[in-house]
Amino acid sequence: MDGSRSNDLILDVNGLRMTFGGLCALDCVSLDLRPGEIVGLIGPNGAGKTTFFNCLTGIYAPTGGEIRLFSPDGKSLRINGRKPNAITRLGLARTFQNIRLFPEMTVLENVMVGRHCRTRSGILGALARNRRTRDEEHRVVEDCLAILDRFSLSRSADDLARNLPYGLQRRLEIARAMATNPVLLLLDEPAAGMNARETRELSALIRRLRDEDRVTVFLIEHDMKLVMELCERIFVMDYGRNIGSGTPEEVRRNPQVIRAYLGANEDEKEAPERGGDCLS
Amino acid sequence: MPAPGSVLMKEKSGAIGREVLRGLGTSLWFCFLTFPLLAVRVNTIEKTVVWRLSNMVWVALASFFLAISWRWLLSRRERKTKRRDEPRARWLARKFSGDRRLGAAGMAAVMAFALAFPFVSSMYQTSLMITALIYVMLGLGLNIVVGLAGLLDLGYVAFYAVGAYSYALLNLHFPWYGFWMALPVGALLAAMFGVLLGFPVLRLRGDYLAIVTLGFGEIIRLILENWNAFSKGPSGIANIPRPSFFGLDLSLHQATLYLYFLMLAVTGLTVIAVMRLRASRIGRAWMALREDEIACECMGIDKTRTKLTAFALGATWAGMAGVIFAAKTTFINPASFTFMESAIILSIVVLGGMGSILGVILASLIMILLPQYLGAFSQYRMLLFGSCMVAMIVFRPQGLVTASRSYRYVERFGGRKAKDAGEKAPAA
Repeated sequence: MDGSRSNDLILDVNGLRMTFGGLCALDCVSLDLRPGEIVGLIGPNGAGKTTFFNCLTGIYAPTGGEIRLFSPDGKSLRINGRKPNAITRLGLARTFQNIRLFPEMTVLENVMVGRHCRTRSGILGALARNRRTRDEEHRVVEDCLAILDRFSLSRSADDLARNLPYGLQRRLEIARAMATNPVLLLLDEPAAGMNARETRELSALIRRLRDEDRVTVFLIEHDMKLVMELCERIFVMDYGRNIGSGTPEEVRRNPQVIRAYLGANEDEKEAPERGGDCLS
Repeated sequence: MPAPGSVLMKEKSGAIGREVLRGLGTSLWFCFLTFPLLAVRVNTIEKTVVWRLSNMVWVALASFFLAISWRWLLSRRERKTKRRDEPRARWLARKFSGDRRLGAAGMAAVMAFALAFPFVSSMYQTSLMITALIYVMLGLGLNIVVGLAGLLDLGYVAFYAVGAYSYALLNLHFPWYGFWMALPVGALLAAMFGVLLGFPVLRLRGDYLAIVTLGFGEIIRLILENWNAFSKGPSGIANIPRPSFFGLDLSLHQATLYLYFLMLAVTGLTVIAVMRLRASRIGRAWMALREDEIACECMGIDKTRTKLTAFALGATWAGMAGVIFAAKTTFINPASFTFMESAIILSIVVLGGMGSILGVILASLIMILLPQYLGAFSQYRMLLFGSCMVAMIVFRPQGLVTASRSYRYVERFGGRKAKDAGEKAPAA
């Protein structure tokens, strides 16, 4: 923890590297996020986007590089290799590409689990059920019902999460992440499997989260239409490298990005060798 | 053109014919399998062969009817899952939980029965009931680890042993050390052993966890069996005093009565504690851990601490049950703490329904009391037990009582949701 001050950043990633044995999943990825932005991360399948998320949220300990999270008062914190629960406490919440709800718990309980790191009652409190515990429990239920209301899920509060339709499950995952009071929300393919209308609703929802809760949103998405109209900045990854960034307009015209998506043609020989190990 | 009814009839009789054929096939196969064992007897002294064909007839008949009823039950179950309407059991449960007065009346009846039981039955039965209540407590404790936190623990009996031996040894070395002082110490020691087991298995799940916990249970038993200087080995520790009642001298009958009511109170406390834990922040963390470990971590739950508390709290009840067990039998040796005990406790949890408190209570009463009352079948006890387990797993894998896994927070914390839904309904 050091005191380098910087008010216009919320996350700063520098030269992040992640290798699994000889395989290099992330190679010197650098990226920065400013508070209140909606930023997209795109790239072909297998580009390392989810690995990047996993490094940020502490599921993987990065092999090299640096991830810094800036708290609102400008203090910066190095979060590489911290445990996922510690990182969530610092205000970084996420959803998953393949939905990972708690299927045998109710919708409300799913969201209540999200409040876990913002509450403190322990075993003795639970056994004695004293005033403080009861009050806290009451507050948690109230808060979570309010969150469900905002996500139009309050009607299914007592249903098991596994019984929800797919679109609502996706929404519940975001609701659960929001229950942890994040400053930065990472969404891993939030629109996957949604139809056009659901995607529009999702896009409105994400905007609302940014405007009303002042959450910075960083999302991986394959739906180009959604990304282009929602995101203010876009980072493009391919084979574990950051191959371009900028506004949607800039990214769309970036030749390297076009090559990554459409495949290289005549200048194949000049293209850097892909997927090689980064030690060489 | 034949009438539609007759076509249906034809189809049905065809299906029945197929079932009968299948049953015949099964019974033939069983006859073939059991022929050398049941039909042929070689008398080696007189060098004659006795053919016992009547046995074959019995085997054929029994396997034929068993096969047919088995397939009938299976098909009934399939139809049920296809229908997908509300199962009767859940409807009943809702009726009970919805009607508070009915539920309260049921509770009162059970309480009255429990309180009156020792006065209307023999001492033998009272003592049997104490054993059953000990298993209720063990089942509820294991239910925390297996049912709520989803950690398969096959060495649970180790904590039971820790509790029992902590009282026995404390009393052996310090004769003034009584039951009431030993109860918290036994619980605490068991909790410590729970944490001790928890640390090495933090990274393990499922089968691997089961194997390590199995090994842990055996280690504790082997230590108790072989470390003579510490635990007096296989000969065990005798003359453990029964619980004292304000220093009064109790006759055996009075002591049993006392122990019964004590056990009843402790079991009641356990039920309340487990219910409260389940509906708390910690309980939700356990369930989240059971459901999805990675998502649980990413929601800000400390996996290490949550697992350790599950092990420690589960072990606490086993430790207390152990102290009471030692006080009840006044003699303990390692033979009481074999893997068989762990298996029985685990089958109580599975039979009752994972995570269900009522189910665990019912299952432990069934598992402990039934074999005693079915004395006539004592030779076939394990056979019956095994076939019951197989039937349970096939027909009712969720256990006797489906756990109301979800705690109805909305109902409990006011009608906010109902109000909102009411407001929204006309708009929608």
